[in-house]
Amino acid sequence: MTPTAPRPATEGGPDMIQLLTPEGQRMHRREDQQYADIAAELSDEDLRGMYRDLVLIRRIDAEANALQRQGELGIWVSLLGQEAAQVGCGRALRPQDYAFPTYREHGVAWCRGVDPLNLLGLFRGVNHGGWDPNEKNFHLYTIVIGAQALHATGYAMGVNLDGAVATGDPERDTAVIAFFGDGATSQGDVNESFVFAAVHNAPVVFFCQNNQWAISEPNDRQTRIPLYQRARGFGFPGLRVDGNDVLASYAVSKAMLDRARDGQGPSFIEAFTYRMAAHTTSDDPSKYRVSAEVETWKLRDPILRFKAYLAHEGKADAAYFATIDAEADEMATYVRSGCLSMPDPPGTLMFDHVYAEQHAQLAAQRAEFVAYQAGFEGAH
Amino acid sequence: MATTTIAKALNAGLRRAMEADAKVILCGEDIGKLGGVFRITEGLQKDFGEERVMDSPLAESGIVGTAIGMALRGYRPVVEIQFDGFVYPAFDHIVSQVAKMRSRALGHVQLPMVIRIPVGGGIGAVEHHSESNEAYFAHTAGLRVVAISNPADAYWLIQEAIAADDPVVFYEPKRRYWDKGELDETHRGVPPMSQASVVRTGSDVTVACYGPMVKTCLQAAQAAAEEGTSLEVIDLRSLSPLDLDTVAASVERTGRLVTVHEASGFLGIGAEVAAQVQQRCFYSLEAPVIRVTGYDVPYPPSRIEEDFLPDLDRVLDAVDRSLTY
Repeated sequence: MTPTAPRPATEGGPDMIQLLTPEGQRMHRREDQQYADIAAELSDEDLRGMYRDLVLIRRIDAEANALQRQGELGIWVSLLGQEAAQVGCGRALRPQDYAFPTYREHGVAWCRGVDPLNLLGLFRGVNHGGWDPNEKNFHLYTIVIGAQALHATGYAMGVNLDGAVATGDPERDTAVIAFFGDGATSQGDVNESFVFAAVHNAPVVFFCQNNQWAISEPNDRQTRIPLYQRARGFGFPGLRVDGNDVLASYAVSKAMLDRARDGQGPSFIEAFTYRMAAHTTSDDPSKYRVSAEVETWKLRDPILRFKAYLAHEGKADAAYFATIDAEADEMATYVRSGCLSMPDPPGTLMFDHVYAEQHAQLAAQRAEFVAYQAGFEGAH
Repeated sequence: MATTTIAKALNAGLRRAMEADAKVILCGEDIGKLGGVFRITEGLQKDFGEERVMDSPLAESGIVGTAIGMALRGYRPVVEIQFDGFVYPAFDHIVSQVAKMRSRALGHVQLPMVIRIPVGGGIGAVEHHSESNEAYFAHTAGLRVVAISNPADAYWLIQEAIAADDPVVFYEPKRRYWDKGELDETHRGVPPMSQASVVRTGSDVTVACYGPMVKTCLQAAQAAAEEGTSLEVIDLRSLSPLDLDTVAASVERTGRLVTVHEASGFLGIGAEVAAQVQQRCFYSLEAPVIRVTGYDVPYPPSRIEEDFLPDLDRVLDAVDRSLTY
């Protein structure tokens, strides 16, 4: 078989599932009908809620970016341009489902109900995450590329052992979702997770946001076939969805999550999207990509597209949009003031959670540290 | 009290842990029908089923990485790494993931997991089957590292490691798997996992060792006794944390310390013991701490491995050198 070269970073190809045009018109491709049916079940309130999520998370992201520029965060990892992929997928999760993110899933975190200030701690340097993953079933951010795919798969194997799939009880049947990017698909861990998930028929959805760039490396440095086509070789379905189309992202995610909850095993979703911002605040994308590509993707902005759809379908009006804008302003204030008032932890924090049962050597080292620090008190 | 082997004691300990807690599951290569290449899991899949004793795909990173996920779901995975030299593909999941996760979550998650590794040489194997890599893991905060040397510890410590809420790297001395010793399954007569054990009392020189070297050092002590030298042999058992109290108490009496391990000497466990003992026992020491170790080379081909491995004579030579001060 002749390998299919990856398409340009601006072209999703005919297999890409889409429900909205970049202008916000509903599409009616026959092959996408099953996903249109899922989207059709969303109420007007659901649709407005999706819009609210998109706007708020973009605003949280922008505020965090600004806080980094002002020296309040050590680094920030922007999700700009990827809001629809994350909100669409995040809204398809049920409370009992479990998400394993990379470090850019601020939109998924938002949908899970994680306080945005929790996300800032890592980037401000007051902790390495620190939230309780089991509170919202949202694991800590994982920075080593692709490692979380194995954690998600193992968790899903545990779900199978618990018998929490295919019971028919919608409150019990559980799916697990692993997030990663296009670069991570080259990692051994991601490929091993595909093997383990397939062999164990694990209820895990692999959600790859292909944002076209792994820092400076384009897709052709990772693959010579479209990523979604890889899944077939591992023995489970792979789908490509327009990651800038929140309706399609939701519908495809829901279909694959339902499939997992129903005991049909793993699947792979490639959300075709674009990283509009730099990789992180430390990056300079002008060194490796052309502005024409960025301009092309600007025309596919996930929020403008969805707003146009809501407006001309009469699902939301100008007053509603204004309300959300005002709420976004309040959210920005919350994020800013919360970040500025986030205290530095005491130095002893580094000793305190290393072991479930702290051992004598570490306790002694902690005591030495405390005594050493105390030696400076009152000194001039 | 019965006589059994380390291999059988491990098997019995695993069985008892699985009976005691349904969340205990085993994963690894060839551990099911085959019972593992060393037969440590013999019969367990038959009795506990394929769900609790899983033959894993041949991917060590995947084995440990998925075990982390299972631990997060509330299970207590016990993974078998087939040979010491095969653990490195899993290094990230051991060192960066499982070791740090509790700390990163500020204590909100527990990572109960045991990583069993048959360790060490002396079995005439091809390369990558005879290594001693405990220092890598002992260097990593968040892990506990244990090295067993006898059937009683095998039986009780594997259960203690499984019951622990922290990840434990559990080293099994592969060339001693079939060595016999006493085991009383009805009464725990061994110290906690974190403590060293004085396995032979003596007055002239302290010898600190662990794993496969405990037998070697006990044999050396017997030979030394016949020549009138009294060695106190300490089985460290826990390599992280290190029980330096037991070692220091002994050195304060003997004034001399020899450390022994198969692993290369440079930055090894012996180096850490020596550094800490010279700090704690400076005024008690009559001689410098002497290390007997594998050389700082890749593990050699098996026809010359006896030259690499510390043996009775090298231990006695170190004892003699210590006594010349």
